[in-house]
Amino acid sequence: MELDSLYQEVILDHYKHPQHKGLRSGYSAQVHHVNPSCGDEITLNLTVSDGFISSISWDGQGCSISQASVSILGDLLTGKTFSQAEVVVNSFSELMASKGTTSGDPEILEDAVAFAGVSKFPGRVKCALLGWMAFKDAAIQSQGESK
Amino acid sequence: MSFSVADVRKDFPIFERTIRDGKRLVYLDSGATSQKPWVVINAESAFYSKHNAAVHRGAHQLAEEATDAYEGARAIVAEFLGAKDNEIIFTKNATESLNLVAYAMGNAEAGNRFALSASDSIVVTEMEHHANLIPWQQLAKRTGAQLKWFKVNEDSRLDLSNIEQVITANTKIVAITHQSNVLGTIIPLEAIIKRAHDVGAVVVLDACQSVPHMSVNVTELDVDFLAFSGHKAVGPTGVGVLWGKSELLRELPPFLTGGSMVRAVTMESATWADAPQKFEAGVPNMAQAVGLGAALKYLSNIGMDAIAQHERSLTGYALEKLLKIPGLRLVGPQDNVARGAALSFTINDIHPHDVGQYVDSQGIAVRTGHHCAWPLAKVMNIPATTRASFYLYNDEHDVDALVEALLGAQKYFGKS
Repeated sequence: MELDSLYQEVILDHYKHPQHKGLRSGYSAQVHHVNPSCGDEITLNLTVSDGFISSISWDGQGCSISQASVSILGDLLTGKTFSQAEVVVNSFSELMASKGTTSGDPEILEDAVAFAGVSKFPGRVKCALLGWMAFKDAAIQSQGESK
Repeated sequence: MSFSVADVRKDFPIFERTIRDGKRLVYLDSGATSQKPWVVINAESAFYSKHNAAVHRGAHQLAEEATDAYEGARAIVAEFLGAKDNEIIFTKNATESLNLVAYAMGNAEAGNRFALSASDSIVVTEMEHHANLIPWQQLAKRTGAQLKWFKVNEDSRLDLSNIEQVITANTKIVAITHQSNVLGTIIPLEAIIKRAHDVGAVVVLDACQSVPHMSVNVTELDVDFLAFSGHKAVGPTGVGVLWGKSELLRELPPFLTGGSMVRAVTMESATWADAPQKFEAGVPNMAQAVGLGAALKYLSNIGMDAIAQHERSLTGYALEKLLKIPGLRLVGPQDNVARGAALSFTINDIHPHDVGQYVDSQGIAVRTGHHCAWPLAKVMNIPATTRASFYLYNDEHDVDALVEALLGAQKYFGKS
């Protein structure tokens, strides 16, 4: 079923058991992003120490795709430097823009390749990107402060 | 006074196609836009292939025919609403109609009955679609007028208990929806109109969700302005209507200025043509207006009372079936009284986007989100809902398909 290419097992797992959910204090940057077309919201806290992303935590409400996406993002980017994270973020953005023509690089994206199917559903790409856009914004803010 | 849905469906070519690998199209999103019958598609097409020319100008046969077709459409709209021909203004959609009124009022100079100042107020409701909220918010900001609103009560009805405090002697404009696009609630207009007129305010009615679905007669209602979109009334996209009482249109300043809305022009200034031309600057959306004429004729032939009756019985059937689904919360009036055929709901904690995606995989088109009524979603304390809305081409099979798909969604997302 076409639907199963959208709702991969790993996505439904993260949706049912979201990781990094619940905002942690002591953050370097906090951002709040909204998807105006559906009302989905996310608050994301980012903590940086010694040039590494030491913690990503978030809270919000949204569909399975947006919730699972930010949950996986937390897994992928925690412990990375900003330049390492940028590679992942760019790769994920490219995957989302691919309209189903690529399957994503598992070396870089790991579990996030499960979102390859989402890129075939134009109405859902924004859902998948909500947390990633929030992260990008938080990264810019926290780097701005450290300079 | 009834009609065959099967026959009606034959008039709409879109029902000949299938959805998502051969499934029957179950279109439950007419609240967003309706499907189009052949007569509308053909009327729009025939305008281009046989009569196309700029209306109200040109000394040739095509210009005459185009003008006749365009003005003929205006006459059809007028008759449909129980109005006079010169009270019908064609716009691109209801959003533009409402903005036209709001901006035109904002252009009123001191002494004009529409001129607003900081001591005046504009009244809306918490149920408004953004299109009948934001233009008034902006007008209030530009003029310093106060924006006030009626609240929604827990029965999804408008709380009119404080009507005398909300609509006061300072109120100049009362802008309300006829039927909520989210809740389906039909607003009891009589008391509001009476109070508004008692204090000298004008009533602007957003009739997007009523005019396509029931008989609406502006003379009987006694509102002052009314807006609706053609595309929700089996008409083409790109055409909407603003109706206003003649004497008010006379006093209302123009919004857009330019060609064909003038009486005389010099290098320094201009004077305005009478309504409706005063409000139709530039070459208008002629083919779309002609298509709308065909649409309203099509609806009239079936009968607006028959359509309303059909939708009411289908809504009753849907309410009964939906309310039996464990975990379903209907957002809107729970009974089939003073409500239209728009049913919004949540199911367990499955996000509406996921519900919509699942039912789409079964060939069913619904709307998900806050439905351009964000403040209402906040009042109801739900970020988003799924909405099924019915029209003359829907029947009980469509409701059954929806119910089955919703049960399927519960299973798919592990809620049953």
